[in-house]
Amino acid sequence: MPTLPDATALCAQLAAAMRPQITPQTALVGIHTGGAWIAEWLHRELGVKQPLGSIDVAFYRDDYNQRGLHKGAKASNIPFDVEGAHIVIVDDVLYTGRTIRAALNELFDYGRPARVDLAVLVDRGGRELPVAATWCPQALALPASQTLVLERDGEALSFRITEK
Amino acid sequence: MNRNPQLNAHGELQHLITLEGLSREILQGILDTAEPFAEVAEREVKKVPLLRGKSVFNLFFENSTRTRTTFEIAAKRLSADVINLNINTSSASKGESLLDTVDNLAAMQADMFVVRHASSGAPYLIAQHLAATGRSHIHVVNAGDGRHAHPTQGLLDMYTIRHYKKDFTRLTVAVVGDVLHSRVARSQIHALRTLGVPEIRVIAPRTLLPTGVADMGVRVFQDMKEGLKGVDVVMMLRLQNERMQGALLPSPQEYFKYYGLTPDKLRLAKPDAIVMHPGPMNRGIEIDSAVADGSHSVILPQVTFGIAVRMAVMSMLAGG
Repeated sequence: MPTLPDATALCAQLAAAMRPQITPQTALVGIHTGGAWIAEWLHRELGVKQPLGSIDVAFYRDDYNQRGLHKGAKASNIPFDVEGAHIVIVDDVLYTGRTIRAALNELFDYGRPARVDLAVLVDRGGRELPVAATWCPQALALPASQTLVLERDGEALSFRITEK
Repeated sequence: MNRNPQLNAHGELQHLITLEGLSREILQGILDTAEPFAEVAEREVKKVPLLRGKSVFNLFFENSTRTRTTFEIAAKRLSADVINLNINTSSASKGESLLDTVDNLAAMQADMFVVRHASSGAPYLIAQHLAATGRSHIHVVNAGDGRHAHPTQGLLDMYTIRHYKKDFTRLTVAVVGDVLHSRVARSQIHALRTLGVPEIRVIAPRTLLPTGVADMGVRVFQDMKEGLKGVDVVMMLRLQNERMQGALLPSPQEYFKYYGLTPDKLRLAKPDAIVMHPGPMNRGIEIDSAVADGSHSVILPQVTFGIAVRMAVMSMLAGG
């Protein structure tokens, strides 16, 4: 059993890595739900000027025809002008890359950003699409039978591994 | 087909024929799913890719501009291909049977039928026929059948009530008007009960009440002023002139006097009561213009919410 990543420490590392590249035009978009929690924290920590966005990719997932509509879909909220913006997509774990593909497709329905970056806490490998993170403080190889889940208790974030 | 022919083996919606018999969990699931679809309508590109490559056939054996249009917009916003058929001007008038029409459209790779029919049970008959012929992957949505049901109207009404009033379990809701001919009223009453509304009132003249209406768990009032006292929600029904047979009413003027919703009568409801109407409205017959266009009216938001609710229903049926 690998050691669980320390979510709090990784958030701090991620913020430190991102800080030099945050401009007044930078906007954060967190992916529901784990990514939205991290984006909320980063938004405060980095003093991001643009309002915080969140995205639920349920309507853009590529497994709809196999698995149906994802239950508990939430409304996406993009409270800034996407056209010409610098956007950082924030997620907890980067795995197959399919969620990021869906998030990019959804974002482009709001407009044409000037640049999009990706910030994640953990890269667990297993990519099925050519997607790479701009910032990622930890790599952690996990077998396909395991899921790495971010949880939030009050303000505190922590990781848990569940078996499928 | 299993016990509830609308559900598949996993208890998920396969067709939407009626709200009767659907659990609170399923109804709430549809309303919850409609919320993020309402957000899609606020975007510049009001479209999501869920039903890309799917063909939705709007099968309208009975005219309805609003319902057909909102189903069409909903399907298009889900990226489906939409084919509109007004059957009364097409093959049925040449004598083709309902199921022959369905078979032909199924042969054109239909994925979903949205059916409006003057006969109660027509959408169910289609669903049954598809299942019996091994084509249960084709979904059926009832867009109003005879006097039976109009489930998406009932759902959009519930969405509207939840939007303005939040909690169903503290409400008094009045359904007013031509209950006898109204599939809308039946769907509304089933949904209101399932969602836990403690007091449902039906207000209508005796001649426009179906027999056994009290068995649906409602309080019946023939005096509108009495029935409107203290209600949170007034759901008006359209007086269905085209369905009237014989002399059920003395005159439209007299109907307006006793059962038309005027500002005076509305004052008996709670000060923050909302007024709903499924459209099309007969102004000056069941509703006064001052009410229809007044501050309590949520009649136009109902239309907007209807698109999100229909997107939710179609995307819940067509996936997986």
